[in-house]
Parts: sequence; C-alpha cells; structure tokens
Amino acid sequence: MLKIADKIFQSRLFTGTGKFSSAVEMENALLASGSELVTVALKRVDMNDASDDILNHLKHAHIHLLPNTSGVRNAREAVFAAQLAREALETNWIKLEIHPDPKYLMPDPIETLKATEQLAALGFVVLPYIHADPVLCKRLEEAGTAAVMPLGSPIGSNKGLKTFDFLEIIIAQSNVPVIIDAGIGAPSDAAKAMEMGADAVLVNTAIASSANPIEMARAFSMAVESGRIAYEAGLGRIQSEAISTSPLTSFLND
Amino acid sequence: MTSFKDIFYQYSWQESKEKIYDSTAKDVERALTAPQRSLDDFMALVSPAAAPYLEDMAQLSHQLTLQRYGKVIQMYVPLYLSNECNNICTYCGFSYDNKVKRKTLSPMEIMQEVAVIKDMGYNHVLLVTGEANQTVHVDYFEKVLNLIKPHFSHISMEVQPMDVADYERLIPLGLNTVLVYQETYHQEDYRKHHPKGKKSNFDYRLETPDRLGGAGIHKMGLGVLIGLEDWRTDSFFTALHLSYLEKRYWQSKYSLSFPRLRPFSGGLEPKVNMNDRELVQLICAYRIFNQEVELSLSTRETIAFRNNVLKLGITAMSAGSRTNPGGYAVELESLEQFEISDERTAPEVAEMIRKAGYEPVWKDWDNVLNP
Repeated sequence: MLKIADKIFQSRLFTGTGKFSSAVEMENALLASGSELVTVALKRVDMNDASDDILNHLKHAHIHLLPNTSGVRNAREAVFAAQLAREALETNWIKLEIHPDPKYLMPDPIETLKATEQLAALGFVVLPYIHADPVLCKRLEEAGTAAVMPLGSPIGSNKGLKTFDFLEIIIAQSNVPVIIDAGIGAPSDAAKAMEMGADAVLVNTAIASSANPIEMARAFSMAVESGRIAYEAGLGRIQSEAISTSPLTSFLND
Repeated sequence: MTSFKDIFYQYSWQESKEKIYDSTAKDVERALTAPQRSLDDFMALVSPAAAPYLEDMAQLSHQLTLQRYGKVIQMYVPLYLSNECNNICTYCGFSYDNKVKRKTLSPMEIMQEVAVIKDMGYNHVLLVTGEANQTVHVDYFEKVLNLIKPHFSHISMEVQPMDVADYERLIPLGLNTVLVYQETYHQEDYRKHHPKGKKSNFDYRLETPDRLGGAGIHKMGLGVLIGLEDWRTDSFFTALHLSYLEKRYWQSKYSLSFPRLRPFSGGLEPKVNMNDRELVQLICAYRIFNQEVELSLSTRETIAFRNNVLKLGITAMSAGSRTNPGGYAVELESLEQFEISDERTAPEVAEMIRKAGYEPVWKDWDNVLNP
C-alpha cells in the first residue's frame, strides 16, 4: 500500500485535470482511472466560487485534491500561492511546480528547493515537480519533502521515460515515495515506471488528449496495476542469449 | 544594450521575400517531417509551394496543438477605453485625421462596461486604446488597473508602446500581458502608413518587446496587420522576432495574432489580399514552427471561418466584442476601430466551441500568481 504523509492510496495512478474537452469528460475519465489524487491548477479554478465547474466535478469521496502552483516563477510566488490554496481548498497538500520557462516548462531546481524548505516548515505536504536529479532528490528529502516527482521526459511530450537511468538511481536511494511525473505517453511507459519500482505515476496529457479519454484512463489504470504487481513479484533477469550450460564452471562438476 | 534591431537590420526584406518565393516542394516536405523547425522551414511553410500541402499542414497543426493545449479555447474580450489618438494611421478608424468626436471612458463608465463584460462570463480582459499621451497616459492606466483588478483574473493591454519604467509601474498592479503589433516590418511601407505621431518611429515600436522583456512581463503578443504588405514576408519577420524574444526573454510567454485589414469609417483598401486558404496556411505554419506560442483569433473573422478554423491551431478567441469605447453599455454608437464580422454573443460562441468538442476556458490565471 502506498502511503504519503498520513494518506493511504489504493491506486498508484495520479492524474491531472487539464486539456479535457469538458468538465464532464474529465470527471468520467478520472472515475475510470480509479485515481485518488488529482492535481488541479490554481489558475484554472475560481477558489472563491463554490460553483466552480472544475471543482464541482471532482467532488467524490475517494478523490483528494492536489492543488498545483503552475504559473509561479519563483519560491516567493509559490509559497504565497500555496498558502492561499490551503485556505481556499482546505488542504495542506501542494504540488510544487516552479517552471519559470513557459516554453518547455522546465522546473527550477534552486527555487523548488527553497520553496520546499519553507513550505515544509509551514506544515505543508509538499510534492515537488523536478528534474530526474538524484542529488536534488536527497536535498529535498532533507528539506522535508513528502515525496519527489521527477520527470520522465518534458511535460506534455508523451515521450516516455527518457530519464530512465537517473530514475533508477533516484528510486534506489530514496527514503520518500517517488512519483514519476510528466512525459508518460502510453500505458506501457507507466507499466515500465512501475516495474522499475516507482511508487506511483502522474498522467494527464496522455489521457486528456486521447481520442477516448475514458478508455485511455482505464488502460493506464490496468498498466499501473500490472506494473506494480510485476515489481512486487520480482522480474526475471534480462538475458540476450538462452543459457543452458555453464561453460566457465562446468569443470567443477567433472 | 542590444535589441532585436541588431538582428532585424541584418536582414533584407527583398532577399527574404525572394527566398520564401523560391521555396520548393522538397523544402516544404522537409519542413513537415523535421523534428524541430528552423526559420528556413518556416519560410517554406508560408511559401506558395506549401499550398498543395494544406491538408497535411492542418493535420499536423491540429495534432501539435492538441498535445500541447488540449481541447480547450481561452476566451477573452476587448475593452476599449479610448479612441483618442494623435497618430495618423492610414488603416485605422481612430486615425487623428478622421474628424469624428472622440471619447475616453471615466472610472464610472469603465465600471459600467466591466459589469456588462462580467455578465457575459468573462474573466480575461484586453484593454485597448489609441495613443493620446496627454489624456491616456501611464497615470490613467494605473488608475484603470487599480479599478478593474479585483474583477478580472487576467488583464492584457493593447495600447501605445511605453518605456521600461512605465511597464515596471503597471506590471505589479496586475498587468499580465501586453500586445504590440509591428503592423508591418517593411520600413518604407511603415513610414507611408504612419506619417504623423509618435507611432511614426519604426525603431521605437520594433524595440517595444525588448522593453517589455526587460520589465519582466508575463506574456507579450506580436503580429502584423495583414493587408499592408506581402503577408508571407511580414510573417517571416514576425517569426524571426518571436524566435529572438523566446531565447532572450525565456521567462515570458508569447502569443501571435494575424488580423486581416477590415473596413472602417474612412478606410483604406488592402494593398494585398489574403484569402481564407492562405490564412489557414499561416495559422498552421505558425503552429508547426512553434508548438508553444498562443494563437489568437478575433471577431474580425467570419462565423463560418471561425467555426472551422477553431481546431487547426488556435488557442484563444474573443466573442461578443465591441471595438469602440463605451460599446458595451455607455455609448453604444461611439467611433469604432473596425467593423467586426462575427456578431454572435459570447454564450453563442461558447456553445459552438462546446459542440465542436472543445471547452471554452474563462479563467486560466489568478491574481494569486502575481503577489
């Protein structure tokens, strides 16, 4: 079972709310995904409006909101936005996204570390979106992060796990849950991430931009589950040739 | 300080134009399959040689936009504050020599207009004025921003170019985006169309995005007025300008518009006509060249065109627009900048967008994000 801060998750598939063709389609896809943690951009919702279209379609007992700070450019703006989100949405969970570069949405490691320190000290459950940088992950742990969210490839790119080798290191040495965020384009990418031992994945574009988001959400749900089962069962070693004999040690049997 | 000027003056209009018109089918095919598109590729995509590839371009543009932006269209509306203007611009209804009564909205009138716009559902507003530095100056804008900031989550401006210090004053008050169109990058033609007023200074206008970048603006919009000069060449210079800005002011977002010259009171006939196929070609070329840039389509275009082009690369649309100060509530018949084509209301356009399988987005920014 996955536990982040004080929350236990049955589903290891986290999802986003952007890019859908309607709030109803979003709701149906999220329900089909089984996701229990759903990220929402503060800029898209009206925090002062109880009838906000997006928030209204997320009112399900099993769905926890994860507000994100998309749009901020530095730690100061992020901390300010997180505090208002906590007040308005009544959650101390925050997905910390500081990407001052609006073209590729690359996370700023320096500002992210700074904001994580401050937000953790203020009692937030911080989930920072970062590069697949193993050292940064350790520094974030020291700063009090609840999890780390390294990217698989540029956000929205659907390119899959381009950072595979670094994700392996991060997973191997992490003391907090590792959630692979960004770039997961196909259910097979999600399965691969889970097979390598990621604690969860976050998928948005691949579901929302699909011709059939509901079916795609279901496919991701199955892939994440099967990848996790495979990880727990223990995958066999990869061999390039079939090995039936032991040419180097067979003399010991003589 | 260096600026776009240093790059711009390395290019010749004539040579660039020839290069575009010399593009071949092979150049277009390479541009369509390249993993990253260069400015040369953009030239091929806006060239006459690309015309037979329009469907391929539309498919690619649609797919790239879908991946980056999803099935959403951002909704914004212009709020004209003033039609006073000291510039003579041959193509504009607000031109100084157009002897019609002028109007600048007072704070109370602005709030009357805001009430109507809010009722239409809008949260993103674009403030528009002419250039009248005695009355519509940075102090006026400061007052307006303070007045309307509580009512909108995103405020843009399309007004006269200003100095860095002016932008630095306005940005903390909630100014998120500034649109400043070069109109044309053809210098002689620019001079011809802007014979009098501050706007006749080509270089000052050309360097405005640099000043905006220096002031740390969140988003800026570029474009040319289509109809003044060869649109393919003008669009190339727009793409060149965009590429330069993106690399230099990497923390800013960018949007492009492609307004076609519309009739207005006392108007100029376009020198160059751009047909619908060509406008689609341009929209797709911009998208294939740059996946991140926002592409905005106004009510200058017809209902049929807007309904169909919606999925081909556009990310933002206005609807129910008035192009005169007071046009929503205060003085319905004041002098307008140009005639709109699509006269549907905002809810009607939103319904059309939903029927097309897209979500109209009314809010995509929050004051929380600019403390």
